[in-house]
Amino acid sequence: MINVSKLKKGIVIDHISPGQGCKIFQALGLDQLRDDAVVLMCNVDSTKMGKKDLIKIETDLDLNLDVLGLMGPGITVNYIEEGQRVKKIHLQLPQKVQGILQCKNPRCISTVEKVGPITFTLVDPEKREYACEYCESRTTL
Amino acid sequence: MLKGRNLIAPNDFTVEELLEVLELAGDVFRNPQNYLDVCKGKLLASLFYEPSTRTKNSFDSAMLRLGGQVIGFSDPQTTSTTKGESLADSAKVVSQYADVIAVRHPKEGAAYLMSKYADCPVINAGDGGHQHPTQTLTDLLTIQQRLGRLNDLVIGVCGDLLFGRTIHSLVSCMSRFENIRFLFISPEELKMPEYIKDDLTRKGVPFTEMRDLAQAIPQVDVLYMSRVQQERFVDVDEYLRLRDCYILDRAKLEAAKENMIVMHPLPRVNEIAVDVDADPRAAYFDQVKFGMYVRMALIMKLLGLR
Repeated sequence: MINVSKLKKGIVIDHISPGQGCKIFQALGLDQLRDDAVVLMCNVDSTKMGKKDLIKIETDLDLNLDVLGLMGPGITVNYIEEGQRVKKIHLQLPQKVQGILQCKNPRCISTVEKVGPITFTLVDPEKREYACEYCESRTTL
Repeated sequence: MLKGRNLIAPNDFTVEELLEVLELAGDVFRNPQNYLDVCKGKLLASLFYEPSTRTKNSFDSAMLRLGGQVIGFSDPQTTSTTKGESLADSAKVVSQYADVIAVRHPKEGAAYLMSKYADCPVINAGDGGHQHPTQTLTDLLTIQQRLGRLNDLVIGVCGDLLFGRTIHSLVSCMSRFENIRFLFISPEELKMPEYIKDDLTRKGVPFTEMRDLAQAIPQVDVLYMSRVQQERFVDVDEYLRLRDCYILDRAKLEAAKENMIVMHPLPRVNEIAVDVDADPRAAYFDQVKFGMYVRMALIMKLLGLR
């Protein structure tokens, strides 16, 4: 068992499905951090999930919670100060997202015109499907 | 209040708003002389980025019959698009001199994009395989005028239910009225998409899928025909086997109710035999006429003139 010491100040992204940690690490741009310590732990034992991935960040970043909610609706985000958890957020699928998804419909106007960031609206939570604001075609992450 | 609004998809309007447009369209149909100058001094820009003579003529006729005038094009090669102007800029520019825009474009979502930038109401006259709301309004007016109601109907839709944009919009829109039941008549390859059936199930609107047109005919109040295209089939033999099943002729119509109607968005190829045209239940040429009246009503409503 590898031990990573408790955070004094920072963020713990917990309950990530095993195998998703690396993708989330990249999606949040954590691989771009230069000064702050970040730890990605994979396949950690979990009483709730069996195995899970986990990310610890030793700084108070402004995380894009829409990205996290989209990638793993069961994820929790814990904010730590002076070694204590001061806030816990249970993530859900966001109702609207912008700048994360892309329309995959080749007939959509967004494929030929500059339309700026497209807003996608959640239309089927079970299938995690979102509809493009232009052509209404459904897409997933 | 419809003044200043856009119409991009049929469901942009509430049922009450749809009925408001249909009521005005019905009055235009009965008393066209009362509307000759309503749009005097107003300008419609009909921007057709792909050819559609029928829809363009319908919009243009609607504005001209209201005493307004029309600018626009039916060939994008003659416009600034060829110089690289964006659709957003075109919308902004045209809306500086037009009072209302009707746009047809091959790409899905194009009308919505223009509506975000135009300074006047935008009407979607068809955006690829996506939406064609004025066709839906046309269909609603036809049903209402011919049958006297939009509730308590058994509606059969027949043919290409997979790719039929007109049919998808009609089903989605009619499912908002009371006591509607649908019969979906198509070959296996061209069945109604799952997301439309899921939507009906969520709303509690009953529907039955069937292969045989003849079986459906005695039940329907409205029979909406569409073309079964050979190119949709992987197996040509299968197409040849099924083709005739989806052709309506006078003999098949014998079993239909006396007061039902047959509709078709036109143009037809061979899916309705010419011998049906003389039958009083044939409503597809009325649809063309009602299309113009409903566009007249829509233009007046969006401009706040009625």
